[in-house]
Amino acid sequence: MAIYLDNNATTALNQQVLDVMLPFMRRVCGNPSSLHRFGRLQRDAIEQAREQVAKLAGAQADQVIFTSGGTESNNLILRGLSACAGRVQKKKPVKRIAVSTIEHMSVLKPAQALFDKVDYIAVDAQGYVNQQNLEQVLDTDTGLVSVMTANNETGVIQSLVPLIHCCRQRGILFHTDATQAAGKIALNFIADGIHAMTLSAHKIYGPAGVGALIVDQTVPLNAIQFGGSQEKSQRAGTENVAAIAGFGKAAEMASEGLLQRQTHTRQLCILLEQGLKKIPAVTIFAEQADRLPNTVQFAVAGFEGESLLMQLDRKAIAVSSGSACSSGKTQPSHVLQAMHIPDDIALAAIRVSFGENNTVAEVETLLNVLHEIINANRRSPVMMAASL
Amino acid sequence: MSKQISQAIDNQAANSQISDRPIYMDYSATTPIDERVVTEMLKYMGPASTFGNPASRSHSYGWEAEAAVEQARKNIADLVGANPKEIIFTSGATESDNLAIKGSAHFNQKRGKHIITSKTEHKAVLDSCRQLEREGFEVTYLDPMENGLIDLDVFSNAIREDTILASVMHVNNEIGVIQDIAAIGNICRENKIVFHVDAAQSAGKIEIDLANLPVDLMSFSGHKIYGPKGIGALYVQRKPRVRIEAQMHGGGQERGMRSGTLATHQIVGMGEAFRIARQEMKAENERLLELRNKLWNGVKDMEEVYVNGDLNQRVAGNINISFNFVEGESLLMALKDLAVSSGSACTSASLEPSYVLRALGRNDELAHSSIRFTLGRYTTEDEVDRAIKHLRSAVEKLRQLSPLWDMYKAGIDLDSIEWAAH
Repeated sequence: MAIYLDNNATTALNQQVLDVMLPFMRRVCGNPSSLHRFGRLQRDAIEQAREQVAKLAGAQADQVIFTSGGTESNNLILRGLSACAGRVQKKKPVKRIAVSTIEHMSVLKPAQALFDKVDYIAVDAQGYVNQQNLEQVLDTDTGLVSVMTANNETGVIQSLVPLIHCCRQRGILFHTDATQAAGKIALNFIADGIHAMTLSAHKIYGPAGVGALIVDQTVPLNAIQFGGSQEKSQRAGTENVAAIAGFGKAAEMASEGLLQRQTHTRQLCILLEQGLKKIPAVTIFAEQADRLPNTVQFAVAGFEGESLLMQLDRKAIAVSSGSACSSGKTQPSHVLQAMHIPDDIALAAIRVSFGENNTVAEVETLLNVLHEIINANRRSPVMMAASL
Repeated sequence: MSKQISQAIDNQAANSQISDRPIYMDYSATTPIDERVVTEMLKYMGPASTFGNPASRSHSYGWEAEAAVEQARKNIADLVGANPKEIIFTSGATESDNLAIKGSAHFNQKRGKHIITSKTEHKAVLDSCRQLEREGFEVTYLDPMENGLIDLDVFSNAIREDTILASVMHVNNEIGVIQDIAAIGNICRENKIVFHVDAAQSAGKIEIDLANLPVDLMSFSGHKIYGPKGIGALYVQRKPRVRIEAQMHGGGQERGMRSGTLATHQIVGMGEAFRIARQEMKAENERLLELRNKLWNGVKDMEEVYVNGDLNQRVAGNINISFNFVEGESLLMALKDLAVSSGSACTSASLEPSYVLRALGRNDELAHSSIRFTLGRYTTEDEVDRAIKHLRSAVEKLRQLSPLWDMYKAGIDLDSIEWAAH
């Protein structure tokens, strides 16, 4: 049986979530916009899921817009405020935006494509954005700031409250991509005063192909997809009912099982890090930072990350170097570069991300296999040369 | 799941075993997922499945998911005569239409800012065009002929120097008429206009051979063809290469044209649905045509009953009928045991008369009294028989209550009456 340690890329659909989805795939047919009884049943399921997702985010149900996933949610908030959106609302478009240098590509790319000016908020060596860094880049015409709740590669958790405070004082909107944080740490959309938050289902044992944007009613958001009045006209398109119902269930389970999941995966992280420290020349990234209780990113000096990944795969262990979306490229991670990690170490990065199904035995297997590979290669003259 | 909802689902499932369940004749709104499709999807759902992220390149979980996605891409391409590399996955036909129209218009805006479409398009096309108007584009909305088809001369006459894009649906969602997209496409080619076709309602219902059709962009849906909701595709021709501007940016999936994690189970489901359609389309069409004709023959002898849209150049499963002097919404309510619609599902929350029927020149009365029946894979002859019975009795009952019907029967020309304002 293979060992899956890439839960930040995607998670296995939970059986109970699948059970909730199946009736909508199998027995219940209907378009939620249809007025007949087939349609009404679908509408009820969507509204229930909206409550469940809202609860996970610490928000209200009427603040939830369902989308096709995290990428669409990030694009919706950025494009929906930019000059590229249709102006249904009277408010002026945002022309200048500030984002942290460690954001996911689905924030960085639309920021570059849609705004006149993008300012980048630096992070320190531990991957933290601090208030000072933020204040330095904010200008009078900055309209939106986007800083992720937790990073997908390093797992570093930002302390958002001072950043939000700083934006609110200046009347600037604050968005956070909580795709990786959801289900791993508590989210407080309303209590923290966040204007918009991105969530994805397939990172919390829900189905791929569904996500949400949580938006405060004061945000003058414009639609980016047109052709029907679904989601209060903010997101046209027939709702993916089975997936939305599954997202709801996954969110409910994430809320209720949060502590248990945290305890379980944190224990695995601690065990892994203890083992890694016995290997010479290992770096654990952002080791001093507050990190997600499931993510450990590290490097073994002298071992090119991609080749180590392949060797682990041959031993039936699935890990990654960082973001799945950019897997396959051999450029150093932009996140590690932003933390001023030298390129040769960054290229050696391996990310282990645990999930609820992983076990202590699997961590031990990983450590043993790592030892084997490293010892074998360190004996070979080529690797010796590489590690010098 | 709340007790109420699961109870309702169980009730509905139980009902489906007995003969008085509501008869589903709204296959153009959405179709049930074919059980064979569900079986394929389940291989990619759940803890024991192949659940990797297709973009994960460092392990076999990712590779297996990617292989499944590529097989589905091939299945979809095969049904419509395309190359798999020409198929881009989206979250549905609405996104495909948005991406095709806005993406193409934005990419080509330096060449011109004029777009041609028709008044009977789906909202996803019309609203994308309205958005482009807000951005400074000009759009010509063509009136169709009375039978719902576009007059080729009218189309040609609408072309201007600065026309960059035309969007015409293959099959209309309300009246089921089939446009001559080959002829319209040829006119577009002659005039170097990018041609987009919304094929959400035609894929799997009529032959599509993109290798020989002059079409640059074509939208597809999963849930209109017995596949899952939340998945669609856009055909983007490669030779010569058609360029569009991405509407969603991020990880660069789908060759940069559409970022976002690919939903493997959804894509596999859509692929299987297209594979089945390719195998069964011919036999299914013959069966549906018979049922459709039976339905129409069962009501056409009633007084003041009209078919909307051309009866011959039309997909097999669709019939759209106006029952004059009967209000459509009342008829829908009276037909509680029949799941049908008075138009498109996307606009059914509004009580406005169908804009499609208005565009055909139907007056408000007839547009208001229309019902769309769309039959599909699981429609039975017995259901058609029962539908005819329900329908005849409901129409007769409602007409008995209608003062307009009395006046009509008394021989009063309703158009000559001057209604008093009040």
